[in-house]
Amino acid sequence: MSEARVVPFRGGGFRPVAKRGAGLLVFVVLILLAEWGTRAGWIGNLTLPRPSDVALTLVDLWQSGRLWTHLVPSLTRLAVGGVMGISIGIAVGVAIGLFSHVRAGLVPLVAALFPIPKIALLPLFVIWFGIDEGSKYALIAFGTFTPTVVSTYGAVDNVDRTLIRMGQSFGLSWFSIVRKIVLPGALPGILSGLRVSIAIGIILLVAAEMLGAEYGIGAYILQAGSLYDLERLFAGVVILSALGVLTSWAIGLAEKRLLRWRS
Amino acid sequence: MRGLSGPRDCPMDLTLDHITHRYSGMPVLQDIDLQIPAGEILCIVGPSGCGKSTLLRLIGGLERPDEGAVRMAGAAPEGCLNPLTYVFQDFALLPWRTVEGNISLVLEDHGLGGRKGEEIIADVLARTRLSGFRKALPRQLSGGMKQRVAIARALAVNPAVMLLDEPLSALDAQTRELLMDDLVGLWTRQPFTGVYVTHNLAEAVRLGHRIAVLSRRPGRLREVIEVPRALEDRRAGDPELEALQERLWGLMRDEAMAADQELVDV
Repeated sequence: MSEARVVPFRGGGFRPVAKRGAGLLVFVVLILLAEWGTRAGWIGNLTLPRPSDVALTLVDLWQSGRLWTHLVPSLTRLAVGGVMGISIGIAVGVAIGLFSHVRAGLVPLVAALFPIPKIALLPLFVIWFGIDEGSKYALIAFGTFTPTVVSTYGAVDNVDRTLIRMGQSFGLSWFSIVRKIVLPGALPGILSGLRVSIAIGIILLVAAEMLGAEYGIGAYILQAGSLYDLERLFAGVVILSALGVLTSWAIGLAEKRLLRWRS
Repeated sequence: MRGLSGPRDCPMDLTLDHITHRYSGMPVLQDIDLQIPAGEILCIVGPSGCGKSTLLRLIGGLERPDEGAVRMAGAAPEGCLNPLTYVFQDFALLPWRTVEGNISLVLEDHGLGGRKGEEIIADVLARTRLSGFRKALPRQLSGGMKQRVAIARALAVNPAVMLLDEPLSALDAQTRELLMDDLVGLWTRQPFTGVYVTHNLAEAVRLGHRIAVLSRRPGRLREVIEVPRALEDRRAGDPELEALQERLWGLMRDEAMAADQELVDV
């Protein structure tokens, strides 16, 4: 009889596992590489700014208080435009999910609006809503509206039909079924759609500010760019990235609180 | 029906009156004529795809029959909130509500959110032995517990008729055995009218007072068999029940084989 061998393991992989700190490590390594390159000279100072200089610029922005003069108007625009676009988007998306007539009427329209680069419509918005804040709010609202609609009605469509059937079988009112079964069931899909919507909102915010604003992160980046001031340009970009990470983290927090029932 | 108080000795009878149903032209049920007297459990068995679940949806008004009608006669019991109440195969619990939240869901629309609702919830949880799990979420419960929550929810509306759609089919054999005892216990303590759809003949001979056998698609009523013994006296492995189960299988065997060979999507 031959000797018994251990059965080799072949079931590993293909499963994402949380690795703490890996993301941070990638950032740190890239920044250190850039710092080293710019100091050693194999990255020219017109190619990339020195990370430590960018950091100094950020500190200066903070200390001089100019950070807030740019950040506050930007955040206001994002908040006002985003809240308008997202709330109307959720309302329309739920309506599409619930009513066949609304679906038949609006889905083609949304499909037609979705791929339009909203920035291309900015001149139109300026005429409709004025050169001031109005056109910026409108641009961000419009830009966050379409992805929110699409993700919301997808989320409503994905609500477990057997739960709705159960509600009907117990004689729940239409309104109760929507409020207690459809909306909570659609919440996970709506929240994950918000991540995309808010990221698009930030992109459009900067675009709007580049096309005519005195203050705002976009205006700050545009000024720096036209002077070829790479440190300030990158400082602005870092602020935008931080904004993206922050909003994504906030949604993650909301998911954790609101969707505790998920395993 | 709702809110009507009728004397306890005259609960609701159901009559299926020549029911025919088609899905896009294909007949799935043909001319079903059936009496479901009050206080007794009728099991419906048949090969897969014979339309037994469709029949149950027709009985409870979740679908409309193409021909014929389901009629209910007599008054619903006192305090009945939903005369025809389902228990589903996949439990149909809201995953974002706790055990008590899932039960209060069906009471809230009747203005029973407060103290009165509390009493009902406490009562049905005690009857299904779930009192210790009020605050648990469905994902924390085993399959058998989930189905007991669904049964508790059905009891909470004090139904005239319970419509059970393969309630044990998603559970493993041991849990199924335990839940059958639970159902028998519930019925002996307070008899209810039940329509119990299953493909499992052992469940049918344990829980049915009568067993209706459907043919394969289009489902026709082949036979209605009386099960002799009282519900609480039936045991697994009882020779008389085994013989009955054998007879049922004899009735269905060829049809089940033929049904198995059929294309599903016609």
